[in-house]
Amino acid sequence: MDLAFMAETFVKLLEGVPLTLKLAFSSVALGAVFAMLLALMRMSGVGPLDWCARAYVFVFRGTPLLVQVFLIYYGLGQFRPTLQELGVWWFFREPYWCALTALTLNTAAYASEIIRGGLQAVPHGQVEAARACGMSRATLFRRIVFPIAVRQALPGYGNEVVLMVKATSLASIITMMEVTGIAHKLISQTFRAVEIFICAGAIYLILNFLVTRAIMALEWWLSPHLRGAPEPRARLEPAHV
Amino acid sequence: MSYFELMGFGPKGWGWPMLMAAGMTVAVASCGFLAGSVIGSLIAWAKLSRSIVARVFGDGYTTVLRGIPDLLVIYLFYFGGSALLSGIGQLFGGSGGFIGVPAFAVGALAIGVISAAYQAEVFRGAYTALARGELEAARSVGMHTMLMFRRIVAPQVLRYAIPGLGNVWQLALKESALISVTGLVELLRQSQIGSGSTYKPFYFYLTAALLYLVITTVSTWGFQRAEDYSMRGLRRA
Amino acid sequence: MAPSSQPAAVAIRDLHKRFGPLEVLKGVSLSAAEGEVISILGASGSGKSTMLRCINMLEVPDEGEVIIGGETIALARDRKGRMCPADRAQVDRIRSKVAMVFQSFNLWSHMTVIENVVEAPVHVQKRPKAEAVAEAEALLAKVGIADKRDHYPSHLSGGQQQRAAIARALAMHPQVMLFDEPTSALDPELVGEVLRVMRALAEEGRTMLVVTHEMGFARDVSSRVVFLHQGVVEEEGPPAQVFGAAKSERFRQFISSGR
Ligand SMILES: Nc1ncnc2c1ncn2[C@@H]1O[C@H](COP(=O)(O)OP(=O)(O)OP(=O)(O)O)[C@@H](O)[C@H]1O
Ligand SMILES: [Mg+2]
Repeated sequence: MDLAFMAETFVKLLEGVPLTLKLAFSSVALGAVFAMLLALMRMSGVGPLDWCARAYVFVFRGTPLLVQVFLIYYGLGQFRPTLQELGVWWFFREPYWCALTALTLNTAAYASEIIRGGLQAVPHGQVEAARACGMSRATLFRRIVFPIAVRQALPGYGNEVVLMVKATSLASIITMMEVTGIAHKLISQTFRAVEIFICAGAIYLILNFLVTRAIMALEWWLSPHLRGAPEPRARLEPAHV
Repeated sequence: MSYFELMGFGPKGWGWPMLMAAGMTVAVASCGFLAGSVIGSLIAWAKLSRSIVARVFGDGYTTVLRGIPDLLVIYLFYFGGSALLSGIGQLFGGSGGFIGVPAFAVGALAIGVISAAYQAEVFRGAYTALARGELEAARSVGMHTMLMFRRIVAPQVLRYAIPGLGNVWQLALKESALISVTGLVELLRQSQIGSGSTYKPFYFYLTAALLYLVITTVSTWGFQRAEDYSMRGLRRA
Repeated sequence: MAPSSQPAAVAIRDLHKRFGPLEVLKGVSLSAAEGEVISILGASGSGKSTMLRCINMLEVPDEGEVIIGGETIALARDRKGRMCPADRAQVDRIRSKVAMVFQSFNLWSHMTVIENVVEAPVHVQKRPKAEAVAEAEALLAKVGIADKRDHYPSHLSGGQQQRAAIARALAMHPQVMLFDEPTSALDPELVGEVLRVMRALAEEGRTMLVVTHEMGFARDVSSRVVFLHQGVVEEEGPPAQVFGAAKSERFRQFISSGR
């Protein structure tokens, strides 16, 4: 194996990392907000809302992400005059925005199920205790239900983030030069698929390792109640709650 | 031309090509899935093995293949395979030109290698769920290892694995859309072709999405039936 | 209890509650004056928890009234014809005056003990945090777990968790405290520490409604005992009277069966 070539390839591929991360994190963040909304719709008990959210999740989980990407990037081109009239063509013309839209809509569907699982796993007794204190619905959600649900959903969500880092590679098919896009370009220039695959694979493994570690750290930080009891200590500092 | 004319089965309709392509999607996904079952059980066996080397290999395999994008794996097989074939061609005195690999084989193999990583986890989980007592009971009536595997372990593991396998199958199905980059005329590639010649991309990708939905829905139903059937005789708590 | 001109701390009138075809409460009336401790006894499934939960609207009664400190909780029918509180804000306000202690403690698992105790004073009653923390510390000392201040509920024994839950209830300055079998989930050796705390509260003159299977507590601490049977009050009176000469044959059987 040609180490010099691999080192060179690695450096070239690294140039794609910022775009990969930008796509992954923007879509995960936007998708989380949307997913929260979907989960609340599912659990609202209001028929039409529940039904819409179900249909959404069904469609986006039942079709390949690449089809969703194409539908948005190429498919909407069919309606270009209309979109131009509406003044949104600049958005759907850009592969970046199309990729981001598809990734966001896609992760929202999967994440809403993860969030719903987290919300459903909140122990009923703790909710009841909060209601018995006279908490309003909003306070109850903000102070009790949400924090507990987040902790329950975090491991599943960590998985989803890893999947999204991988999914950003599909943006390369619509010309985005993130890590996989650069890898594809290099392969078609040099035909040295194995070396380039190893370099690109290593980059993704490192990224995903870091993401996994970050989520684990977050989990650890959020769940002192699952760790050992605190050391008995002299209380010197003033109370902080 | 209206959507229904375009997607119809008339002389100018794209109905048949799209349906054939859907068949190709199912075919490549199925072959990949089956290849994945074979590789996946070997990997699961390695992960459960007493040998450290095998365990490290098994764990490494699942970690790597679940950590890198499927598209990269497909590129590796497609371009790597071609390079290999071209090299062999040269060796045998060929012209030294580029030899393409059969897209179907590449696709099925790539799906197989990827889904093996997921299937290995499913099989391992199912084996772990198997009650220890049942194995001991089988040993106590004098079954030898192969017989025990065939009569007790395999059917039981399969039963526990069905829901997980259902999920992996859906993954394989959706992964097959990526095979379109190799030029295999499955559903997504056919839609690209159709869009190119009619300038109606939305209609084609929409149809593709609908056909994928039909396939995933039918499979969900099928796996549910299989699960119900395999769970007969097991009372649910 | 001598009748007073003051309104009862809690009163329920002719409460009915159905779960589907099952009528759990069939017209229960009860009132507790300021400072009274009422023990509610009854076999499993007789509707004790349901009655208690109707008082703070964790269950909404199908018929009847709940009156807290003279204020009747307004009820209405929703579109499907089920009863629901007419005014959510009123229910929230009343709930912050009626504290509840649960059989399974129900401490918030993601908060330390002190955070559990100051949560409602700060976020429901909007009291200044420093004041709430100082008071919470005093309450924890009172129930004997001051040293567990920064522990999470999962790090406490059942008895300690229940005492923390009592401190959480007290932090709201409740006018009435409801206890639903507070010692039933505890190992026998931990029951005493919780009962001691409850006894101290009774001696302070707090108004308490206690569903319990602890006959000792009912006999020695409560000012009145109510025996519920199949959704109706079958026996009621001061402990000396009901434990001495109960009118109800069922109640006599109930206490002799050792519960
Ligand atoms: N949410 C509910 N839905 C349906 N049935 C219920 C519900 N809550 C209680 N019940 C039923 O109502 C009856 C009375 O329940 P309740 O909890 O009030 O009894 P209890 O006297 O507290 O008994 P225990 O001593 O076991 O706690 C029981 O038969 C119970 O199954
Ligand atoms: Mg009860």
